[in-house]
Amino acid sequence: MLRIVVCVKAVPDPKDAHKIKIDPVTKTLMRLDVPLVLNLLDKNAMEAALQLKEQLDAHITVLSMGPSATGNVVKECLALGADDGFLLSDRSFGGADAYATAYTIAKGIEKIGKYDVVFCGMASSDGSTEWVGPQIATLLKIPVVTRVKELVEYGGEWWKVKADLENGYRLMQVKLPAVFTVTRDLNTPRTLSFSGIIKARSKEITEWGIDQLSVPEETVGQKGSPTIVSNLTAIESKREVEIITGTREEKAERLVQKLADAGVI
Amino acid sequence: MKKQKGSVWVIAEQIDCQVLAVSLQLIGHARKLAMELETSAEVVLLGDQIDEQTQQLFAAGVDKVYLGNAPELAFYQPEIYAEIIVKLAKDHLSAIMLIGSTSMACELAPLVAARLETGLTAHCIDLVLDENKIPAYGGLMSIICPDKCLQMATIAAGVFPNPHPDDSRTGEIVPLEVPDDIPRLIQTLEVVREKPEGVSLESAPIVVAGGAGAGGLEGWGKIADLAKVLNAALGSTRPAVDEGWTELETMIGQSGKMINPELYIGVGLSGELQHMVGIVGARVMVAINSDSKSPVFEQVDYGIVDDCREFVPVLIEKIKEHQEKRVTC
Repeated sequence: MLRIVVCVKAVPDPKDAHKIKIDPVTKTLMRLDVPLVLNLLDKNAMEAALQLKEQLDAHITVLSMGPSATGNVVKECLALGADDGFLLSDRSFGGADAYATAYTIAKGIEKIGKYDVVFCGMASSDGSTEWVGPQIATLLKIPVVTRVKELVEYGGEWWKVKADLENGYRLMQVKLPAVFTVTRDLNTPRTLSFSGIIKARSKEITEWGIDQLSVPEETVGQKGSPTIVSNLTAIESKREVEIITGTREEKAERLVQKLADAGVI
Repeated sequence: MKKQKGSVWVIAEQIDCQVLAVSLQLIGHARKLAMELETSAEVVLLGDQIDEQTQQLFAAGVDKVYLGNAPELAFYQPEIYAEIIVKLAKDHLSAIMLIGSTSMACELAPLVAARLETGLTAHCIDLVLDENKIPAYGGLMSIICPDKCLQMATIAAGVFPNPHPDDSRTGEIVPLEVPDDIPRLIQTLEVVREKPEGVSLESAPIVVAGGAGAGGLEGWGKIADLAKVLNAALGSTRPAVDEGWTELETMIGQSGKMINPELYIGVGLSGELQHMVGIVGARVMVAINSDSKSPVFEQVDYGIVDDCREFVPVLIEKIKEHQEKRVTC
């Protein structure tokens, strides 16, 4: 049986991301009431697992890290068809950078036990680093291919995948167990079905804290993070905007004139 | 970037034996940091038949080149590249390691950082001693890595200028061997690259960028038409890429391309910082957005409040009229 782990993250809804501001006094991010949703590329990771399960004898485990409230994204994956779900949740996990996140998730995967394939989205829409997938692989001492856009050969011990490159691709041959981070080109994620939501109701999410992972406190969260945010500053543009008004025709004509006067068209 | 002992390193990248522009730009900046730290600027270059490229690296400002020159290094091999760099970093004192944020580096850099158990700052837009600046929601975030000896960062092309080559400079070449204890669990079998179509974003004097406001492929097509009539490069924001209207290569901003065009026209985008940091160097900036309260209007020179799908076709007609007038004058 192919044992698949899909790593997912709850992120602020990208549609409302522009609402997130910096508190001028405390210099922290004011999330306001932006809802947390399943990271977009993690849906492609989930879909990759589901498609494999349709073709092969496979078991899908979903794993996330975050406060208890982010269990909703794990629940969503269970409703999509994952077999079981885990949430790594502990106050001490908070403030983790990519490395400390990868460390905690790698410990979670080790505790889950046997695994053949780990899928992650290529990047999260809030952090945008792309580091977590490859660093999970490094900590598990297994190979990784990032930016995967096609599974060419799979099912056996060695897989062949195509990974995205600037204006092209690279064809990679890799031995399982392995981590793959996926792009949106890999597949089209399915949407939730009513029957899936009903089925997921009876599925439990297992929550693990620092005691269950049995890791020292200084290795996780902010304490385990080599990088820290030292300062946050709001950006103020030096440009002074001129809003061009008039009818649609007039606005277009006036803009063209301005650009011609500036010598740029 | 913290001040400490050790040299400043750049992990250079080559494609078909040509060193990438971003690698040379980072060498130019590494030279500056090295002078401030009173240390040397050094570069790691891996490839096949790349001896001739070393002079270019010295001219750009490095003192030492660690050169891996072997057929199996011709293109990026994750295990071998990571192993060579990790071994080098353990054997030599490196205080700062800079890598251009290409698709290769976005895999290689975290592999190296995790094995050296150090921090890696993603997609910096500025890099000064004591802190790296990266954009986050609604502002600029300064990242530091205070407790580690080695500081690592990825930086996009265009953040730092091309260095002025000094051909009289020379330096030391240290040859590297491919280690023989690689487990070989992964292999790059083939690399395929195509010539990009249209005008390149980095060199285009005019860039038209589209965002979620395009609303669909039809709206996107109108933005593409605007780029065409201006002979401009077509850029995008992450939402447009996520929608599938355009390729990842067209994305402008922190995790995409950094550009400095004469004219930038942002169409149907909200002015998120991750995108806007990619164009701060533009001379004239225009935004077209239906929401008069959109933050994009705080960051440009000219603003048009209108539905871009309706306005862009009218604008195209007016530009054509202007171009015809110019020809007849």
